Amino acid sequence: MSYYETVFIVRQDMSPSQVEAMADSYAEVLSQYEGSVIKREMWGLRNLAFRINKNRKGHYVMMHIDTPPAGLNEIERQMRLSEDVLRYMSVRVEEVPEGPSPMLQQRERGERAPREGRGEGRGRDREDREERPRREERPQEGENVAASSAAEGV
Amino acid sequence: MATSARRAFFRRRKSCPFSGPNAPQIDYKDLRLLQRFISERGKMVPSRITAVSSKKQRELATAIKRARFLGLLPYVIR
Repeated sequence: MSYYETVFIVRQDMSPSQVEAMADSYAEVLSQYEGSVIKREMWGLRNLAFRINKNRKGHYVMMHIDTPPAGLNEIERQMRLSEDVLRYMSVRVEEVPEGPSPMLQQRERGERAPREGRGEGRGRDREDREERPRREERPQEGENVAASSAAEGV
Repeated sequence: MATSARRAFFRRRKSCPFSGPNAPQIDYKDLRLLQRFISERGKMVPSRITAVSSKKQRELATAIKRARFLGLLPYVIR
C-alpha cells in the first residue's frame, strides 16, 4: 500500500456538512479496498483563482490516504462521476507530513501575515526584473562601456 | 584597468533560497511561498532572477502547476 494525498473541490452551494458527508463516503469506499484515511483537512470555502465550471468558490478537502491502487482508482472514478466535485488531484507522497498543512497554518496566523508577504514578494520581483538584464548585457559589450560606467559608478 | 572595470559590475551571487539549513520545503499547498516566485502577471519567475537552483526550479515549477490546477494560484492575472 502507498500513501497518497488527495485534494478535491466541491461546488460552493453544498453545505459544509454535505461536504463532510462526501468525504466520509469516500473513506467508506476506501475501507472496502482495505485502504484508510489517515488524515483529513477541511480547508473550507475558498475563492478559486479562476472560474471552474462557472463557480467562483469551492469547498476544499484534503485527505491523506493509505490505499492500494484499486482503492484510489475507485474514489477517483466516483469523483469524476460526481457533478458536485469540481476538480480533484491525487499525488503520491512518500510519507504523511505531520501537523497541519501550510494551508491551515496560514489561516491560523490571521489576515495580516499573508498580505504582508504578498506585497513584499511582488515588489521585490519587480525591482529585480528591471535590474538584472542590465548585468547580463553589459559585460559582453566590451571594455569601453564597462570603463565608462565604472567611472559613473565611482 | 580591465579588472577594476569588471569589478564595478560584480554583484554578489545570491545563493539558492531552497538550499542550506532551514530552507523551506517546496509544497504546492504553501501559497505564501509560491507567491514569491510568480510575477504580478501570474507567470513563474525565471530562476536567473530568483537564483533558485535548477533542480529546485523544476520542483517549484511542478508545485506551481499543481497549485494552478487546483485553482489556488491563477494561470494569468488580468
